[in-house]
Amino acid sequence: MNKWLKAGALAVATLASTAAMAGDKIRIATEGAWAPFNYVNEKGQLAGFDVDIANALCAEMKADCTVVAQDWDGMIPALRVRKFDAIVASMSITEERLKQVDFTDHYYSGGLRFMGAKGKVLDTSKMGLKGKVIGAQRSTVGGQYLEDKLSDVVKVKLYDTQEAVYLDLIAGRLDGAISDELPTYDWLKSDQGKNFEYKGEPFAKNDKIGIAIRKNDALKQKFNKALQAIIDNGTYEKINAKYFPFPIY
Amino acid sequence: MVFDGLFDGFTAQLLAGTVMTVKVTLAATAMGIVLGLLGASARLSKVAPVRWLGDGYVGIIRGIPELLIVFLIYFGSTRLLMFIASQFGYHEYIELSPFVAGVIALGLTFGGYATEVFRGAFLAIPPSQKEAAEALGMGKLRIFYRIQLPQVWRVALPGLGNLILVLMKDTALISVIGLEELTRKTSMAVTATREPFTWYLTAAFMYLALTVIATVLLNYFEKHSRRHEVPVQSSFKKLAEG
Amino acid sequence: MDWSVIAEYYPRLLDGAWTTLQLVVLSGVIGVILAVPMALARLSPNRWINIFPYTYIFFFRGTPLLIQVFLIYYGLSQFEVIRESILWPFLREPYWCAIITLALHTTAYIAEILRGAIQAIPKGEVEACRVMGMSKFTMYRRILLPRAFGIMLPAYGNEVILMLKGSALASTITLLDLTGMARTIIARTYTPEEIYIAAGVMYLVISWLFMIFFKMLDRVFNRHRLA
Repeated sequence: MNKWLKAGALAVATLASTAAMAGDKIRIATEGAWAPFNYVNEKGQLAGFDVDIANALCAEMKADCTVVAQDWDGMIPALRVRKFDAIVASMSITEERLKQVDFTDHYYSGGLRFMGAKGKVLDTSKMGLKGKVIGAQRSTVGGQYLEDKLSDVVKVKLYDTQEAVYLDLIAGRLDGAISDELPTYDWLKSDQGKNFEYKGEPFAKNDKIGIAIRKNDALKQKFNKALQAIIDNGTYEKINAKYFPFPIY
Repeated sequence: MVFDGLFDGFTAQLLAGTVMTVKVTLAATAMGIVLGLLGASARLSKVAPVRWLGDGYVGIIRGIPELLIVFLIYFGSTRLLMFIASQFGYHEYIELSPFVAGVIALGLTFGGYATEVFRGAFLAIPPSQKEAAEALGMGKLRIFYRIQLPQVWRVALPGLGNLILVLMKDTALISVIGLEELTRKTSMAVTATREPFTWYLTAAFMYLALTVIATVLLNYFEKHSRRHEVPVQSSFKKLAEG
Repeated sequence: MDWSVIAEYYPRLLDGAWTTLQLVVLSGVIGVILAVPMALARLSPNRWINIFPYTYIFFFRGTPLLIQVFLIYYGLSQFEVIRESILWPFLREPYWCAIITLALHTTAYIAEILRGAIQAIPKGEVEACRVMGMSKFTMYRRILLPRAFGIMLPAYGNEVILMLKGSALASTITLLDLTGMARTIIARTYTPEEIYIAAGVMYLVISWLFMIFFKMLDRVFNRHRLA
C-alpha cells in the first residue's frame, strides 16, 4: 500500500482519536446470535466479524469502546433512547430504518438466498413457491422480503432468532428459509446444516450493511473515516479472510 | 458449533439461571406485596376516585397478558422515564435492565392479584375491632400497624402463597427480553446442542423442584402463623387424654 | 407518541385477536372434555388410578407454560419417531402445537376446579341418589356432574381468562396471535409503546366479553339458586 495513503490514514486516525477522546466512551451493540458475524464464543465473550470490525474501528479512532449484546427486536428503539451509541450487528441499510436512524457507509454487502433440504426440489420462483412454508427471522431483510413480496403465495413463518429457524428447518416444519446469504454459509458447512443447501441464486444483492447511529450524530463521520482507514491499511482484508475465503465488501 | 466446549458446563449454567429465577421471584414478591397493600387500601377507600384507581389497576392487570406487560415495560419504560426526567432538565440516558424491567412487570402483576387477596383479608377482620381500638384512642395509622396488619397477614398468607407459586413460573417470561434466568439458559443450551426435549424437560424438573421447595416453605410459614390458633377439637382431645 | 400507526395497523391486530380467540375457545373446550375423566380418576380412592392424574396435575401446574410450549413445539421434533408419525401433520403446525399445549395445561387446572366442585356437593344429595337406587354412572351423569358444573362456573370463567393471557405465549412459536401480530408490526414500525398499548386494550375488551359471557351463563345455569 502507498506510504502516503498510510500516513494520511494515520493523520485521519489521529484527528479522529482526538475527537473521540474529546467525546466519551462509545457503547456499541451487537446481537450475539448471528454467527459468524456476531456470536458468543466458548469463553462467553462476543465475537465474530462484526465485533472484530467494531474493535478495529475503535482502535483506529483510539476510542474507548464497549461492545454489548442486545436482542434484535429491541435494537433500534434502544439506540434511539441512547442505551448505546452504535449498532454493529450486520444491519442492512433500508429505507424504513433510515426513517428512524442514520447509517455509516456500508462495511460489507450481502444478498438474500433461499435454503432448503438437500435432495428436495425447491423452485424459488414466485410461481414455484406457491403453498410452501418459508421461514425467516423477524425484523430482518429476509423476513421483510417474505412479508412484502411473497406473503400472497407462501405461508410465512417469522422467528425470534435465526437459531430457531435452523431448529425448524431440521424438524422439517419449513420447506425453506430466506436469509442473508453470508451468515448461513458457516451453518451449511456445520454438522447440523450439512443436510441443507442453498436453493436458487442469490437475489436482492444490493443489500448494504452499515453501522447504525442516531440521527445527526457526529459519530457518523468518525466511523466513516475510520472505516476508510482500515480498508486502506489492510486491516479489513485480514478480518475478512478470517471468516470468508472471498471478499465481502 | 462454537459451544461444543461448554457442553459439560450446561448443568452449571442452568443452576446459575435457577439462582437468577429465585432472585427475580423474591424481588417481584416484595414489590407486589407493597403494591397489593396499597391497592387493597385504595379499593377500600372512602374516596371514590381513589377507589376507581384501585379498581382500574386490578381490572387492567387481570385482563392483559403478563408477556405483553413485560414487553411494554421493557420497551416502553425508557421513553417514558426519559420524558419525565427531561421535564426536570435531566437529559441523560435512563434505562431499565431486563432484571429491573422484569421485576417491575411481574411485581405489577403480583400486586394486582394480591390487591384482591389483601382486600378479602381486610374485610375478614371484624369491624368491631377497629371500633374498639378507636375507643381506646388509637390513631388510624396505629390501628393499621398494630391491629389490622398482623391479622391481615395471617388471613392472606395462603392466597399470597399461591400467587408466589404462579409468579415463580411467570419469571420464565422475562427470558424473552434477555434476562439470563433458567429458561433463557436452557434455550442457550438448546441452541448449542440441538436437543430441545432433553433440555426443556430438565428445566421443567428444576421448576418442579423449586415449586416443591416453595410449597414446603410456605406451608411452614402458614403453620407458624397459626401456631396460637389451637383447634377446638384437639384441645378437647388433650383434655380427655390429660 | 405516534397514534397514526394504530389507525394503519389495527386491521392486522384484529386478525391476531381472532386467532387468539380461536386458541382460547378451542383449548378451553378440549380442556373441559379432558378434565372430566381426569377429575374422576383423581377422586378415586384406588392409588393405582389416582396416581396418574396426580402426577399429571403436579407437572402441569408446577412448571411454566412457556417451558411446556417449548417442550411440545421444539422438544417433540427432536425425535425422528414423532417426525415420521401420523401426528406430525398436526404437530408441525404451530397453531395445533399451541392449542395442544394450552389444552393440556388448562386441563390440569380445570380438573382441580372440578374435583373441588364435586367435593363441595352436599353429602345429602349423594345419599339421596343412593337411596333411590341409582347406579354410580347415572348418579354422576344425571346429578353430580351437572351440579359440579354449576358450582365451578365462576372458577372456570377465571381459568378461561387466565388462558386468554397465557395464549400470548403462542407468539414465541411463530404464531401470529394478537401478541405475535403486535411484535411483527413493531418489527417494522419501531413503535412498541403504541402497538403494545393497542394490543393491551384489545385483550382487555376480549377479557370483558368473556366475563360478561360467563356471568350470563352463570345466570342460566344457576337460576334455581337465585332468589
